[in-house]
Amino acid sequence: MTTAIPATSGTVPPGVAAPVPVRAQRGGFGRFLTRRVLQALVVVLVVSVIVFALLHALPGGPARGVLGQQASAEQIAAFEAANGLDQPVVMQYLSFLGRSLTGDLGESYLLNQSVADAIALRLPKTLLLTGLSLVVAVIIAVPVGVYQAVRRNRAVDYWLSTLAIVAYSTPTFFLGMLLILLLSQTAGLFPAAAPQGNGVLEVLSQPAGLVLPVLTGAVPIVATFSRYMRSSTLDNLGEDYVRTARAKGTGYRDVVLRHVLRNSLTPVVAMLGYYLPVMFGGALVVEQLFNYPGMGLLFWSAAQSSDFPVLLGCVLVISVATVVGSLLADVVQALLDPRTRGAAR
Amino acid sequence: MTALRRFKRNRLAVVGAVALAVLVLFAVLGPLVYPTEQVATDLGAANLPPGVDGHLLGTDALGYDNLGRLMVAGRVSLLVGVAAGVLATVVGTLWGAIAGYVGGAVDAVMMRVVDAGIAIPAIFLLLVLSTIVRPTVGMMIVVLGMVSWLVPARLIRAEALSVRTRDYVVAARAMGASHRRTVLSHVIPNTVGTVVVNATFQVADAILLVAYISFLGMGIQPPTTDWGAMLNDGINYIYQGAWWLILPPGLAIVIVVCALNFVGDGLRDVVDVKGRTA
Repeated sequence: MTTAIPATSGTVPPGVAAPVPVRAQRGGFGRFLTRRVLQALVVVLVVSVIVFALLHALPGGPARGVLGQQASAEQIAAFEAANGLDQPVVMQYLSFLGRSLTGDLGESYLLNQSVADAIALRLPKTLLLTGLSLVVAVIIAVPVGVYQAVRRNRAVDYWLSTLAIVAYSTPTFFLGMLLILLLSQTAGLFPAAAPQGNGVLEVLSQPAGLVLPVLTGAVPIVATFSRYMRSSTLDNLGEDYVRTARAKGTGYRDVVLRHVLRNSLTPVVAMLGYYLPVMFGGALVVEQLFNYPGMGLLFWSAAQSSDFPVLLGCVLVISVATVVGSLLADVVQALLDPRTRGAAR
Repeated sequence: MTALRRFKRNRLAVVGAVALAVLVLFAVLGPLVYPTEQVATDLGAANLPPGVDGHLLGTDALGYDNLGRLMVAGRVSLLVGVAAGVLATVVGTLWGAIAGYVGGAVDAVMMRVVDAGIAIPAIFLLLVLSTIVRPTVGMMIVVLGMVSWLVPARLIRAEALSVRTRDYVVAARAMGASHRRTVLSHVIPNTVGTVVVNATFQVADAILLVAYISFLGMGIQPPTTDWGAMLNDGINYIYQGAWWLILPPGLAIVIVVCALNFVGDGLRDVVDVKGRTA
């Protein structure tokens, strides 16, 4: 998929796509959109092949995976016949694809629940947690990035950039442990256990418990987005409209706050689409550390107990979300900046 | 000489290089200077605070000397990180160079595979893989390499696309060089700046990923340990205020990853590659 990110100087987290040289536009927006959506569909298909291959890479194949280590040879043979596992691989893949498309991701071994239900129950809580972290992070990162751009190459800018690299290099779980040690264990300000409960509202009703998980999730996002914001603001400060506004007598402060801020913010917001996989990864660690009942914790417990249907179901859902996220980001970028409607890569 | 001078001008890069050297010496030579028992447990001496009975950084729940453990864990973290980073770079470079050089349908297919791989977040894929294979040191290197080659592949492919139209490539082909020779002797050597800079960041990311997997309890199994696993062991004693089980391994990870990022930035100044592209 086309994952064009404006070139930033500095660290970009793993999994975030690379800047791509932009080629001249051929065809209009409609053509770009069609090509881009088709490309996303192809990628989703390849992802489904990879997940299907993982299912077959399980020790003893999918039958052993579902029936467990104690299953006898007869049970396995019966299961394979009943589930079409004795059919050619291509037919098996097509039926796997068909089931996945209708939302049938199989049954969890342990939860007495379908994988789709298990995910549907927990995904909203993960979205709540990452959404809150994101809001907090953007509120901090945007002013920091703009301030750094205005004070570019001064000591303040230099130190803030270095701090961002340190924050990026700090594993999320270590950061969370430090926060627990300082704010919970030593200062006693906030509980280290995340809110429990089935619904989003139930979780929201215990705000004190949300503080540490949200903060832990927010710091790495601040580190990345303050850098994006800095370079985006720098790009805009060099534009002609800034000089024009200044020439007309607008104060520097007003130019930055009224014109530059708005223009620099849009590409950074579009970047959120590329950032989804990193946020899911962060949620996995934060939820495990604070025992927050979201999709990340579901995935982690499934890994502990080798609950393969849940593991692969989560991988499929997260991957599709990632593809859709970068598709949306590309589309937003193409709408904002026609130059990025480059040829398919 | 100018290259070294340009690297030296970036003060953070120099600090990073020194920190890296110190940590490598600490992990590799440390146990020779400060020998400790790291296989047999000593439950009589468990959870001692720093300084007690000659344990400079205390002991953990199984009675292992914490400073000694930090050294042997560092060996594993650094070895796995460097090896996985190098493996990912080699595989990614070959993949990207071939895709970019050949172009057309082959390129399209190869790059859609990369896109799909990138769409599956690495931590999730790693956790699934580590439930399937037994996570030994060698296996961790292979598995980490398998999920980390995608980004270098993309980068090198973009470079190869521009290199293949250069005159020297056309000339090599005209003189009868095989495709294989052209890719190995002309395309890849001319992307070496990008490759080297990216390899530094790859190693940094690999060290972080190993730590994540170990912290999540799906990494290399005891008595072998790494910095992430030490943190995973230490978290159970966080409420007893056992900071010595948490801060040393955590800071070690932060320092080594920071140092690699600083060095990578410095190298980028030397070879003049644009923007870090994770």
